[in-house]
Amino acid sequence: MVQTVIDTANHIAAYAAKAARVQVVAAYPITPQTSIVERIAEMVESGEMKAEYIRVESEHSAMAACIGAAAGGVRTFTATSSHGLALMHEALHWASGSRLPIIMPVVNRALGPGWNIWADLTDSLSQRDTGWIQFYCADNQEVFDTIIQAYKLCENERVLLPAMICSEAFILSHTYMPVEIPDQERIDEFLPSYKPKWFLDVNNPFSHGNIVPPEWYMEFRYMIHEAMENAKQLIPEIDKEYGKYFGFEHGGLVEKYRCEDADLILLTMGTLGSEAKTAVDNLRKEGLKIGTARVRVFRPFPKEEIRKLAENTQMFTIINRAISFGMEGFLTEETKAALYNQKDRPLIAGFIAGLGGRDVSFKTIEKIAKKSAEWMQKGEVEKEIVWVDLKE
Amino acid sequence: MRDLKLPFCPGCGLFSLTNAFLRAVHELGYEDLSNFVFCSGIGCSSWIPSPYFMADSVHTLHGRSIPVATSIALLRPNLHVVVFGGDGDIVGIGLSHFVHAARRNTDILVIMGNNMVYGMTGGQVAPTTPLKAKTTTTPYGSFEHPLDAAKLAAVAGAAYSARWTTAHPKELRESIKKAINLKGFRFIEVITQCPTAFGRRVGFKNVGEMLKWFKENAVPVQQAEKMSQEELEGKIIIGEFIQRRRTTLGEAVYAMIKGAQKDEKQS
Ligand SMILES: Cc1ncc(C[n+]2csc(CCOP(=O)(O)OP(=O)(O)O)c2C)c(N)n1
Ligand code: SF4
Ligand SMILES: [Mg+2]
Repeated sequence: MVQTVIDTANHIAAYAAKAARVQVVAAYPITPQTSIVERIAEMVESGEMKAEYIRVESEHSAMAACIGAAAGGVRTFTATSSHGLALMHEALHWASGSRLPIIMPVVNRALGPGWNIWADLTDSLSQRDTGWIQFYCADNQEVFDTIIQAYKLCENERVLLPAMICSEAFILSHTYMPVEIPDQERIDEFLPSYKPKWFLDVNNPFSHGNIVPPEWYMEFRYMIHEAMENAKQLIPEIDKEYGKYFGFEHGGLVEKYRCEDADLILLTMGTLGSEAKTAVDNLRKEGLKIGTARVRVFRPFPKEEIRKLAENTQMFTIINRAISFGMEGFLTEETKAALYNQKDRPLIAGFIAGLGGRDVSFKTIEKIAKKSAEWMQKGEVEKEIVWVDLKE
Repeated sequence: MRDLKLPFCPGCGLFSLTNAFLRAVHELGYEDLSNFVFCSGIGCSSWIPSPYFMADSVHTLHGRSIPVATSIALLRPNLHVVVFGGDGDIVGIGLSHFVHAARRNTDILVIMGNNMVYGMTGGQVAPTTPLKAKTTTTPYGSFEHPLDAAKLAAVAGAAYSARWTTAHPKELRESIKKAINLKGFRFIEVITQCPTAFGRRVGFKNVGEMLKWFKENAVPVQQAEKMSQEELEGKIIIGEFIQRRRTTLGEAVYAMIKGAQKDEKQS
């Protein structure tokens, strides 16, 4: 039976781990991720969830333990935030290089110093090149659905990569929303138990993580890249299939809203995507032909969809809750790169907003959109990077 | 102290630890903290010096205060370098630094507030959590053996290692005074009550009960040596585990530099 629960994204992530029949969880606490793993610990110890829970002494060990478990051929889960993710960095490469489908919710939180526990996407975006698939969610339902979808995707033989399921600190992690949890039998149908093609097996011993000489290293890297391309093709298919099963779809790689005839498109990630919809509705009433597209998957980057969106619009306004110091917002960078070889490129304006949990309401977004619309009229972006509401 | 309110919950043992340290410094005759540098990681215990002490302090990554302190101590051998941290910070995520600093006999004093959990994140099991204790990640009781940090420091090569509780403020203060004036790696573990994230869950009704538990179950190290493993179950061994003079890391490094300079002059 479908169950509607009203709970935080963190608890929902824990329920998704249970629904996915995860077998091993290894985690270290960090605010604001903690309530995910506390809930799992409770469910494991009460026998409600049949899994091993390993209480490791750091995030580096958490990922190492997940690598061990996934290499043993079982469904594996961990979760972290901010500094915890940064500490994992080395092991992240090892997990993707070993082609292990580990799923990890990341509760996006600012990095210190300036010690700060609030929302900022720089933590996961700066892990862009680790070979992990990255999903960004806009509400609690999407967190649940994406975790289930991600196991299906990542365990696919054409992919075999790990994935981060990102949600913003407090905005989602500690906020109660109603979520529909599908019937367990149906979830089992959609996501059958994990049957790895290879795993550590005493009856068929092989040496894992061995040296690869220059004659072969590139080929292994090429295969990871190819797996990312395959994921790009599979993500919308799996999202659709999930929708057929359970009634929820999240837009595949990019969730588009009122973009068909839009002159100006706001590009966002995460919960800014939801705020942007409200802003779009309001501005449409004022006569502005505006739409918004939420980039749900950052790796693999949905180049083709971005190019398609660019074909019929005059301007992209990109709002980043993150900054790559010395350049610009990650999403601005990637979007520009994706469009470079296109003949007719829209104007592109990059905004930085909401770092370290500063509130970005639909009103802020409307202000950003209006400034962009002015530039669109003039046919020129006057300022390459705008820091929204910066105290100077 | 800066004119700021300490961040701890009411009844937290870290108030007593802060007090013991500042009184020790005062009793040693220091008028201010200008002879000290403080270093801490992340956690409630790590809040003690920073930003509250009117002194130079470095608040750094969770678990990494000891390496930061090591380089400060080497650079400024005339200053007292003091690390404050929690059990998770010092002997959980940062354990390898702790062991290596003791092995090298690095010239730092490490004061660890051991509340037996990760306090700041809400009371998850730590490497120091006693068997059977309920925490948010062991709702039915911890089943892993806890680590004996003071003993580990002694074995790893510390110049001084002691353990006290917040129910032994006088002994703690004297121990801090002594440790400040010794050389090499000095470690003081302070069993401290965390009513918010630990006491409540393991069934203590109030802070008084926790302090009573500390007092009643504390066994001096000399007496503990004569007791069996079973008799020691649930006890807190307090006192000095080691005090010895070994060449410190700073002494070794500066002697080597001097030696090398001499060799260069001769050649
Ligand atoms: C790499 C990393 N992982 C996790 C955290 C989250 N975190 C902050 S404090 C803390 C534990 C605190 O426990 P302890 O060191 O015992 O200090 P206490 O608060 O109990 O005094 C944790 C896990 C972090 N800051 N950095
Ligand atoms: S959580 Fe515990 S250790 Fe931290 S300030 Fe409160 S009582 Fe003290
Ligand atoms: Mg602690």
